Amino acid sequence: MSDEVINERIGKDYKAGFVTEVDSETLPPGLNEDVVRAISAKKGEPEWMLEWRLKAFEAWKTMEEPDWAHVNFPKVDYQEISYFSSPKSMEDKPKSLDEVDPQLLETYEKLGIPLHEQEILAGVAVDAVFDSVSVATTFREKLEEAGVIFCPISEAVHKHPELVKKYLGTVVPVRDNFFAALNCAVFSDGSFVYIPKGVRCPMELSTYFRINEAKTGQFERTLIVAEEGSHVSYLEGCTAPMRDENQLHAAVVELVALDNAEIKYSTVQNWYPGDENGKGGIYNFVTKRGVCHNNAKISWTQVETGSAVTWKYPSCILKGDNSIGEFYSVALTNNMQQADTGTKMIHLGKNTKSTIIAKGISAGKSQSSYRGLVRMSPMAEGARNFTQCDSLLIGDKCGAHTFPYIESKNPSAVIEHEATTSKVSDDQMFLCQQRGIDPEKAVSMIVNGFCKEVFKELPMEFAVEAGKLLEVSLEGSVG
Amino acid sequence: MLSINNLVAEVEGKTILKGLNLEVKPGEVHAIMGPNGAGKSTLGNVLAGRENYEKTDGTVTLDGKDIFELEPEERAAEGMFLAFQYPVEIPGVSNLEFLKASIDAISKYRGVEAPDSVSFMKKAREACKAVNLDQNFLKRGVNEGFSGGEKKRNEIMQMMLLEPKLCILDETDSGLDIDALQVVAKGVNELRSPDRAFVVVTHYQRLLDYIVPDYVHVLADGKIVKSGGKELALELEKKGYSWLEQEVA
Repeated sequence: MSDEVINERIGKDYKAGFVTEVDSETLPPGLNEDVVRAISAKKGEPEWMLEWRLKAFEAWKTMEEPDWAHVNFPKVDYQEISYFSSPKSMEDKPKSLDEVDPQLLETYEKLGIPLHEQEILAGVAVDAVFDSVSVATTFREKLEEAGVIFCPISEAVHKHPELVKKYLGTVVPVRDNFFAALNCAVFSDGSFVYIPKGVRCPMELSTYFRINEAKTGQFERTLIVAEEGSHVSYLEGCTAPMRDENQLHAAVVELVALDNAEIKYSTVQNWYPGDENGKGGIYNFVTKRGVCHNNAKISWTQVETGSAVTWKYPSCILKGDNSIGEFYSVALTNNMQQADTGTKMIHLGKNTKSTIIAKGISAGKSQSSYRGLVRMSPMAEGARNFTQCDSLLIGDKCGAHTFPYIESKNPSAVIEHEATTSKVSDDQMFLCQQRGIDPEKAVSMIVNGFCKEVFKELPMEFAVEAGKLLEVSLEGSVG
Repeated sequence: MLSINNLVAEVEGKTILKGLNLEVKPGEVHAIMGPNGAGKSTLGNVLAGRENYEKTDGTVTLDGKDIFELEPEERAAEGMFLAFQYPVEIPGVSNLEFLKASIDAISKYRGVEAPDSVSFMKKAREACKAVNLDQNFLKRGVNEGFSGGEKKRNEIMQMMLLEPKLCILDETDSGLDIDALQVVAKGVNELRSPDRAFVVVTHYQRLLDYIVPDYVHVLADGKIVKSGGKELALELEKKGYSWLEQEVA
């Protein structure tokens, strides 16, 4: 189907169905079955994929947007959003860093990001970044040698349909929740990872390697399958602030750790948080979940500093006996940001273990909530959970909230929950200042200390960047 | 070096210092003694610039510079060091990290190059040794889980590392047993030099057995009511403070 035909078909149903010639790759705003079909057609998807999307769309139509999170924002009009836009053409992009917002460059500078990476991040039209291209190729070869599949999910749909069919939607079902259903219907792209049996992935996989390939867009879909006895560490995101005009992000990440496999998933999320008055900023409504088979382990580590509103609960279903789930989180909110984040640990198998370490930092007028569920099913003989949630407040206009849910249906299960709330105290600030350290640096140091337990779970260079990121995100939080 | 003229200061609206005068020259050790509530700790806090400790009158200069024109961190970088009475914990921030940040900031302010990691580590280890702190304390969070005595020794350790020109000790002896007291005093005495001055604020004379002052001042009701040599401390030890308060009244 040609673009023209698609545009024509969609255009009929919409008043706003106007598509400029230059930007013929963007669908007009609005969501209906034709849009779903158009997205699928644009990607040349097989019938089964389209069917799946349509099923999700039908489900989505009957669902309600969840309103239980401790966040407030104007209602999203889902008919006002355009659900497909391909990357901007080279002509539309800035020609060099001179044309990029100086404020953005300043942030890159502070984070110590190398120049050519700055160009990529800022979306400068560099059609031949030889360094990164050759690096990416080297990585590819090395991965292929190990039998690891790491490619855009749109490519996997074509090249590895049997794997995608087998696992897609098995961890986060199509009807799981409003945002997940929406993602299923309209997902743009994302990553697919497959680690064969017994293979230890030879390197950390990062979305960053794929940055030159098609932009994943606002409805990202990631699927990672670790076969028996395999091991993979996956890094998502980037400490640098990403430019993105799309306000709504609804991603889905599914992890499958088969017997004795281990998946480590680390995220640094730094989408645009909006300005001091809460204007603009990304709504980040993410569904992330993994399933652990026997003796498998899934470890989520996240550093969340961006977005205006965050709704995110990376979870583990501990299905197999002796499986392990971990969640390490730092969520920092400043100015008018709101975050409702946490995890769910669903213990089904015997002797399953989970650990939750959640650190929330609130500054400015922001609100940060931890929401977590620990469920011990009747079969979860000898299951254990340890939860620690700590909140740190900076100033007196912000809020920190904790909503722990604990359900234990097995008397042999052991659940421990610790929670603290503290403030960056005047005494701590004065001690730092008396030793010559200025207030901004002092706050960032105190906050970094507070997050230490989580940062040590991050891959080395990520941890250093995360520290710097907190410093930048906290700017202006001391009066 | 430090020149305090008619200093009046208040804490949360209450006037605590009521016209205090003090002249400290390089190489000197001044002890400030006095009864509870006389304003001893206020003095240290006002000098170092703690929030809510407001100067309402008078002047204080450090080597000719008006300290009230400077932020607390600038005063520190100018060479003023306050050893706290109650050192606070900063969980997760290692002593080493903290001290490196401190030295880096101070070096930057002074426009000199910060010491490299190797020489910094060497000095930090020496400073620990000087106050009988195990080197593991460098890796631990600032004062995190330290005993009272360890916290005070940690303060002196920091002082040795930062080599300030004016050291203010705010009741560093409080809560210390005699062994710890000697360790602290030894650290201070090692630092004594012709170009460094000390202001030792204390309630008890016993610290002054180990840190022998050049001058002793009695602070009562926000003013220095009597000054003398080290023998004044002994007199106070015998007679207490009440006779002086009566004398003033």
